[in-house]
Amino acid sequence: MSSLQNYLLLSALLFSIGLAGALTRRNAILVLIGIELMLNAANLNFIAFWRYGPNPSALTGIMFAIFSISVAAAEAAVGLAIILAAYRHSRTTDLDRMNSLKG
Amino acid sequence: MTLTFLILAAITVAGTAAAMGMRNAVHCVLALTVGFAGVAALYLQLDAQFVGLTQIMVYVGAVAILAVFAIMMTHTPAPEQPPAFSSHWILGGLVAAAVFAVLAWAIGSSAVSMQPLPAEPAVGVQQIGAALMDRYVLPLEIMGLLLTAALIGAVVIAMDRKEDRQ
Repeated sequence: MSSLQNYLLLSALLFSIGLAGALTRRNAILVLIGIELMLNAANLNFIAFWRYGPNPSALTGIMFAIFSISVAAAEAAVGLAIILAAYRHSRTTDLDRMNSLKG
Repeated sequence: MTLTFLILAAITVAGTAAAMGMRNAVHCVLALTVGFAGVAALYLQLDAQFVGLTQIMVYVGAVAILAVFAIMMTHTPAPEQPPAFSSHWILGGLVAAAVFAVLAWAIGSSAVSMQPLPAEPAVGVQQIGAALMDRYVLPLEIMGLLLTAALIGAVVIAMDRKEDRQ
């Protein structure tokens, strides 16, 4: 069992934990955090494939991970702002109770 | 499989699992910082120092703090504690377990993952900076534009407008 396989398995486990959180939590903020965990698992894959790849000096995996982290930061800021706006509208972050489309 | 990897993987999985499983949302975010720091340590172990330190700055430093502030601003002292998990939690858990099973099967049966570890690449911050300013300069500019637009948009969305309060 090679080491790249361990990293890929760990990344798959992180992705599944994030997916389970995003699918089962009621708090909208924790659902967003689950999505962040899934993005982290993808970044771990990028870095592991870059390290074990045939041409690490091309820097492709590192570049993709850096840009992916930036997009994830922007996504977290906009997502939390949307949750704040929705909270101001419906006075709850409970996703089971946010079930109306019109005010 | 080294002992370092096992310890870091255990810390990461324990932190993230606690972040998705605990009742109190603030405790969840605190456990999440442990998980993010574990992922950053894994990046350091994979010789990606710059990405590891970026992970610490962006995720542990910014995203977790942002999440704590959002929890603080949306906190409602409820008389009875609502359940932490949605009513479809069995279905969600089953879907996540099935996804992990498929991914683990694909990884286990793949020949790509059988590669030996190559020699440590001589990649420093200088090479990354040169590549960002040379070959990847257009994505870098677009990323700056995207971050500016996203942060202005976040402020506009979260702004407390007077006419909404009536």
